[in-house]
Amino acid sequence: MNKSLIPIVTISMFIVLIWYAFSIVLNSSWALDKAERNNQKLSFSELVHDTWSQKKPKLPTPHQVGYEMWKTTFDKKITSKRSLVYHGWITLSATLAGFMLGTLLGVLLALAIVHDKATDLSVMPWIITSQTIPILALAPMIIVVSSSIGFTGLMPKAIISMYLSFFPIVVGMVKGLRSPDLLEIDQMKTWSASQFQILIKLRLPKSIPFLFTSLKLGMAASLVGAIVGELPSGAIAGLGARMLSGSYYGQTIQIWSALFAAAILAASLVGLISLIQAFVFKRMMIAQ
Amino acid sequence: MTNETVISAKSLDLTFQTNDGPVHALKDVNLNVTKGDFVSFIGPSGCGKTTFLRVMADLDQPTDGTITINGVSPKAARESRAYGYVFQSAGLYPWRTIGKNIRLPLEIMGISKSEQKERVEKVLKLVELEDFEKKFPWQLSGGMQQRVSIARALAFDADILLMDEPFGALDEIVRDYLNEQLLKLWHSTKKTICFVTHSIPEAVYLSTKIVVMSPRPGRIIDIIESDLPDKRPLEIRDTKEFIDIAQRVREGLRAGHSYE
Ligand SMILES: Nc1ncnc2c1ncn2[C@@H]1O[C@H](COP(=O)(O)OP(=O)(O)OP(=O)(O)O)[C@@H](O)[C@H]1O
Ligand SMILES: [Mg+2]
Repeated sequence: MNKSLIPIVTISMFIVLIWYAFSIVLNSSWALDKAERNNQKLSFSELVHDTWSQKKPKLPTPHQVGYEMWKTTFDKKITSKRSLVYHGWITLSATLAGFMLGTLLGVLLALAIVHDKATDLSVMPWIITSQTIPILALAPMIIVVSSSIGFTGLMPKAIISMYLSFFPIVVGMVKGLRSPDLLEIDQMKTWSASQFQILIKLRLPKSIPFLFTSLKLGMAASLVGAIVGELPSGAIAGLGARMLSGSYYGQTIQIWSALFAAAILAASLVGLISLIQAFVFKRMMIAQ
Repeated sequence: MTNETVISAKSLDLTFQTNDGPVHALKDVNLNVTKGDFVSFIGPSGCGKTTFLRVMADLDQPTDGTITINGVSPKAARESRAYGYVFQSAGLYPWRTIGKNIRLPLEIMGISKSEQKERVEKVLKLVELEDFEKKFPWQLSGGMQQRVSIARALAFDADILLMDEPFGALDEIVRDYLNEQLLKLWHSTKKTICFVTHSIPEAVYLSTKIVVMSPRPGRIIDIIESDLPDKRPLEIRDTKEFIDIAQRVREGLRAGHSYE
């Protein structure tokens, strides 16, 4: 326990150190320019102080990002347009909606693929093709098309999330549903079990470990999808919109805090799935 | 014991088409098994013992010849749940308790909850594992797991038991014990048993009929009717009658190998 903590803390500290160092390097030209205009000469400590406290730095420092996140999380009403919680919730709701749709679609497709040879041969290539199209090219089209048929707000983003998240679910569940070996299927046959009984009693329980791996990948993909869905013009709320508006106005601190909020959101969602997984595995006596 | 024929195979042939050409797994196999028989199948690896059992169970289809189980086709017999099949590995589901594992075929067959409970208790008693109903498979030794798999095959009360090297992976001491238990079980349930083994003493000790097979192509070399008494303590293996039968099995196996 403590043993594994030491390397984690060491690495984290190392990253923070490098980060501070890069803040000095990247922000110094602006600080030096400013000093030159005012005919000042900066000592090293003055330079460091300046690069670590600019209003629009090229690379904000960890404490600037941390303070911004604190401020926009706890000091703003959560209904405020400047609250990180507000924007986080917008993105989270699209992520969850897309994740659920993607999971449903993925599981249904996997069931069809495993039980029907024709579906396997005809649908699988399309599923793989669908993932070779860059989502950045597809996202604006989905937004435009769905807004033209009256879907705005959450729905188009959820569709993009679904588009990204159903894929790991299909692939994982097909593998999981096919994981029973020939002997297990033969055994079922000796009892004259129907395809449906084989599915319920054997295939589904055996696919649970695969499902959880897929759910984690799918959740991460959903979040990416929701954020990408907020990038095309029009979106005014959500972590993606925060990143975009931050870049319009050079608000790097805002971009970074939205970025970190997204990372924390992803980690929490995946962590939540891991918790449920641990609980289910324990009940099902599956070794982790 | 009546002389009712339970399994009847006539000039059975089975050729597998593989990438390396056809494999003649069974050639001109003829066999009659009567009700209450304990038949052992013995022979070197690849002589078609498993294949023969799988044909009886409708898991493989013969390419020629006829076979009937209880007078009907293997498919009809399987669908009427005429047999229980015990595989070499116990094949228990790790996420189900021992009791729930035995219930599995009963659930599939749509047997009522109360009857399931009764039957689980009954068969666990038969294999002397009454106290293990709530345990999980990993909490049991390999021999115990194999007994559970036998209990599971007994649970739906089929008259025929097909067993493919059920004790193959176990050590000799456990094996002796399970052989004794299996004989007792056979006496008390009056089932017809087909039993695949690699062990001559095991075959002689258990059987009323020993089928000696030989590979390439898989065929029957000899069928030995055993005249050993029904009651068989383990010490019977030192009697002259026992050793004579074992000798005949050994000669059959050697004859099948004469080309090597
Ligand atoms: N599904 C299959 N496809 C192709 N060949 C097969 C198949 N099943 C069995 N065979 C071949 O048929 C022959 C008989 O196999 P079988 O498993 O019945 O032998 P066995 O007597 O049970 O051997 P062992 O003692 O090793 O279990 C072997 O040569 C085997 O390779
Ligand atoms: Mg075999």
